Amino acid sequence: MKRSTFTRAALAAALAAAPLAIPPVVAEEALVASHADGPPATTTERLARGRYLVTVAGCNDCHTPWHQGPNGPEPDMSRMLSGHPGDAEVSPPPQPAGPWIVAAVATNTAWSGPWGVSFTANLTPDPETGLGRWTQRNFTETIRTGRHLGRGRPVLPPMPIPMYRNFTDEDLEAIFTYLQSIPPVRNRVPEPLPPGTAVAQATQ
Amino acid sequence: MDRLHRAILLAVLLVTMPVTLAATTRRAATGDPPPLPSRLSDTGLFHAGSPTLLHEGVLPFAPQYPLWSDGSEKRRWIYLPPGTAIDAADPDAWQFPAGTRLWKEFRHGRAIETRYIERLDDGRWRFAAYVWDGQGRDAVLAPEQGAVLEGGPAGRYLVPSRTDCLACHEGPAVPVLGFSALQLSSDRDPLAPHADPARAGQLDLAYLVATGRLVNLPAALLTKPPRIAARTPVERAALGYLHGNCGHCHDPAGALDGLDLVLAQRADPGADSVARVRQSLLDRASRFRPHGLPDPKRVALDGHSPSTLMLRLSSTSPLARMPPIGVQRVDDEGVALVERWITEERHHQEEARR
Repeated sequence: MKRSTFTRAALAAALAAAPLAIPPVVAEEALVASHADGPPATTTERLARGRYLVTVAGCNDCHTPWHQGPNGPEPDMSRMLSGHPGDAEVSPPPQPAGPWIVAAVATNTAWSGPWGVSFTANLTPDPETGLGRWTQRNFTETIRTGRHLGRGRPVLPPMPIPMYRNFTDEDLEAIFTYLQSIPPVRNRVPEPLPPGTAVAQATQ
Repeated sequence: MDRLHRAILLAVLLVTMPVTLAATTRRAATGDPPPLPSRLSDTGLFHAGSPTLLHEGVLPFAPQYPLWSDGSEKRRWIYLPPGTAIDAADPDAWQFPAGTRLWKEFRHGRAIETRYIERLDDGRWRFAAYVWDGQGRDAVLAPEQGAVLEGGPAGRYLVPSRTDCLACHEGPAVPVLGFSALQLSSDRDPLAPHADPARAGQLDLAYLVATGRLVNLPAALLTKPPRIAARTPVERAALGYLHGNCGHCHDPAGALDGLDLVLAQRADPGADSVARVRQSLLDRASRFRPHGLPDPKRVALDGHSPSTLMLRLSSTSPLARMPPIGVQRVDDEGVALVERWITEERHHQEEARR
């Protein structure tokens, strides 16, 4: 399913009425009903619920690169949800020792563990490097199956697929609607690396 | 199982493990049919206690472009309820009647697993896998999240989860993958890797039409059975191989249309599917960018750059290989065939430029 012109116009109108900055989420948004037993949600309602869900589900924790803010590390919202910076140099991950098995880079967007090295995806609607060409079906099936586009490689930790796969269809529609409305960021995220692969060669 | 595979398997299990409670709740809410039979013999394939004695109406078939499954020997069957027929008005999206059942058996010396598809009365499809006992007497329903068995050429045998079944079978317009106009054409490709040889009495389009099990098939496909309209025999076999192994996901009518990567062939000659596949592959930029390759092509024709198509077909990493499900070993014969096609295409283009 591709977004229609109508949908794009509705998204633009809804965005004009809704501030883009993520935090704080106002209390009313937390109360947006899921409409499971009522009429379908309007685009504006879906957008608001999607924004709320993306915020409280912690998507920015890993998909927005962190930087040092005035009060310490925080998501760099100028690169909101654009994933691991493709131009960042990342040294090979430390070798795990003892009970420690996971390491993350300072941006919180690259993770090393028993699965290899995963780089968080660009969730913005950029057509070449983000979700711009994805459909609602692609997104829903990715979350439901834990596979890229619902049928490709595994989506790797720390993406909490076992929890997120329990989102309702309506929630996933709201999340995808919101993600398609945010500013596109052109950022090509590296492919994941299998265990034992050197990272230095991979990150420019 | 080596450390790499164990680690990736752990990660895969973590992200694919179904939440049974949620699934059960969904089933209750949607009024699903009775549970799947616990034994394969109860699905209607063979008589209990006599696995070689098939039920009446169960027909064996063999697609001309089979899926590579780590070298498994495979057998396939279909059952159509009496008095029903497949509607082939759209030659590339057959409509199967309610009650249709299909089975595919995987063997490595002995029967390991049989996969099962059934069309329900409400039109939905359901999928299951059955694991054979060591004596070959019967098979039992595998867990919904799949299973890992010891054995097989890769040292472990992966029984797919239901989610994995859907990943492949719900990609295209119709979830039946190997029973189609092109796959059952009597004009079988002699270069198709791992295919059963053509033989008299083989189930094909003419047989299905003559027995009334296939209706509304365009007459032209009987007088001229479907054939990939390739330039050379090698191209025909290579594109057929990609169709059988990759076309169920990379189909313009399927879920991955946004990738603009077409590997499916059409029986309808008007679809010009050879041109579509060539256009989406040859010298086209790849969205999959392996580390160290800044500007890769899906199929590079310059004679020295790697093609991501070949990298993915030749990879054993679960993070890169294609197809991503049901394969642990590289299909050397299939890879060599596709490589021959690329080389042939490069020479053809070089000659054209002279």
